[in-house]
Amino acid sequence: MAEIRNYTMNFGPQHPAAHGVLRLVLELDGEVIQKADPHVGLLHRATEKLAESKPFNQSIGYMDRLDYVSMMCNEHAYVMAIEKLLGLEPPLRAQYIRVMFDEITRILNHLMWLGAHAIDIGAMTVFLYCFREREDLMDCYEAVSGTRMHATYYRPGGVYRDLPETMPQYPYSQWRSKKEVDRLNGRRSGGLLDFIADFTKRFPANVDQYESLLTDNRIWKQRTVNIGVVSPERAMQLGFSGPMLRGSGVEWDLRKKQPYDVYDKLDFDIPVGRNGDCYDRYLVRVEELRQSNRIIEQCVAWLKANPGPVMIDDRKVRPPRREEMKGDMESLIHHFKLMTEGYCVPAGEVYAAVEAPKGELGVYLVSDGANKPYRLKVRPPGFAHLASLDEMVRGHMLADVVAVIGTQDIVFGEIDR
Amino acid sequence: MSAIPDTTAAVATPTRLETLAQAITAALPGKLTAVANHTGELTYEVAANELLAVAQVLREAPELKFEMCMDVCGVDYLFHGHDEWNTETATSSGFSRGVARGAQRAAKVAPGRRFAAVYHLLSISLNQRLRLRVFCADDDAPMVDSVTDIWAGANWFEREAFDLFGILFKGHPDLRRLLTDYGFIGHPFRKDFPLSGHVEVRYDPEKGRVVYQPVTIDPRVLVPKVIRHDNRYDPALTNAPVHTTSIAKSDG
Repeated sequence: MAEIRNYTMNFGPQHPAAHGVLRLVLELDGEVIQKADPHVGLLHRATEKLAESKPFNQSIGYMDRLDYVSMMCNEHAYVMAIEKLLGLEPPLRAQYIRVMFDEITRILNHLMWLGAHAIDIGAMTVFLYCFREREDLMDCYEAVSGTRMHATYYRPGGVYRDLPETMPQYPYSQWRSKKEVDRLNGRRSGGLLDFIADFTKRFPANVDQYESLLTDNRIWKQRTVNIGVVSPERAMQLGFSGPMLRGSGVEWDLRKKQPYDVYDKLDFDIPVGRNGDCYDRYLVRVEELRQSNRIIEQCVAWLKANPGPVMIDDRKVRPPRREEMKGDMESLIHHFKLMTEGYCVPAGEVYAAVEAPKGELGVYLVSDGANKPYRLKVRPPGFAHLASLDEMVRGHMLADVVAVIGTQDIVFGEIDR
Repeated sequence: MSAIPDTTAAVATPTRLETLAQAITAALPGKLTAVANHTGELTYEVAANELLAVAQVLREAPELKFEMCMDVCGVDYLFHGHDEWNTETATSSGFSRGVARGAQRAAKVAPGRRFAAVYHLLSISLNQRLRLRVFCADDDAPMVDSVTDIWAGANWFEREAFDLFGILFKGHPDLRRLLTDYGFIGHPFRKDFPLSGHVEVRYDPEKGRVVYQPVTIDPRVLVPKVIRHDNRYDPALTNAPVHTTSIAKSDG
């Protein structure tokens, strides 16, 4: 008689549904998962150790590269930690700009997630639509920071510079028709805020479009309903946060419960799921797209009405303006010291958490009074989610592993750090 | 789908922190040592042998209810408060590169105060946070009890701390390396582990495979670590004692 035993299968690290470099060792009984053992760390760059060797400001750029689809939210947690240690309060306009870009980032992240999740489990079209809107938001990143992804825009005490008054225009070329170029440039005729305002008007209809493709789609429901169910108690026990926690029905959002910057001045709702399955988490994230759009609308209205400084006027943290530096010895010295040595942060420790699109992204910073962090620990939301993958897929079919990886919204930049 | 109303007050109001601090003292008399802090957060140190009992109370007690463990991380305090640049002598002798290659600082830390595991707890029902720190008694084989039975979410965070700092978590169900390479030697986030590492990999065309070899990069410090005391900050809370360890300037 033949010996019957479980089959061990390797999934990834080069697999399009592994969302980067996840290696999964799956133990299968037929097509049913008995055990899943994620091997991570293939993207480990020791960001935290690198940050220990550099002045505080030089690590802001590393933060973008943690969760590389929600860049500015990572920066936000990091600069918030430094601000708490230094006791700085950024000007109101800077706080509004940060909140606006946090929400732009949330839409960017959720569009990426929606497109990738849909393509993973069989819906091709959504991906194309999602990336159409992502393009406009990437342009916002570019207009404000010069780069489309790794912005390095936030600073302790504010943001690097104010929002631009003009948007870059598309040149006429053989690659695009004149009509298309005129349409694109028409949206970009005003400043960045006008462009974003135009986007927020268009966006709800786009979300309806994604929903018409998925929400009542029979195949989509077959692939997501009752897959990867997590009870609220278990979700808390496993350290879930963000949509993973809210999908299980726990009303917890740091933007409401422990508001930072100006979130307490804005009007928005928190969607909460009921069943804790992949479908509910999908609904939660789609509703978050709409709520983020609402927040952006309010920020744009406020920012248009209230010009002002976007950086604190503390010369021990903020480098002087170029023209001051050229004419004033004191400013030159400050500039030199800030650019070479950086600023010293009082000794102490702090944990600053933001509601990143994937959940609670925390930065634990230990300072011993030096110009570099003594220890920087990033608490990535995806790390806790991926740790529970084994539990979530046990007893499911092999194809459901892909649905669960998708619903966890895994990005290896933040898990491996 | 339901929406929740915006009702919550800010967490960091002093009164709420004080209430929490009193509740903790009442629930765990004499087991925790408060750590002074200027950032409006509660930090406590707990002895390694009492961690599990304390964690259980923190999770169960009705006025504490820390049902989530958001983060566990290791910290190596070997060079805490040691700067790399002696500003006083540098002023009289002229500036050098400040840090010389291979300058091993003679850092001394009191026994049992080198490795710590830091836990960040969150109570969702009461909306409060807490930080716990446990120092490992043995510097050579640092060990603390695993809290995975109390908070299952700590599993991977403890694996990570083991991998990067070599802290052993007693009772952990699956204490394997997590982030570093298969067959990696050492614990890379310890302060005495060089930033450039010990080995590098390259493809060897003769052997037809990837080989490991000792690193060929010279470790160097671009910006030396400088500690400056600032009279704007409260010295009782923010100024850790600085141990200036003058490093070999002649090499610089």
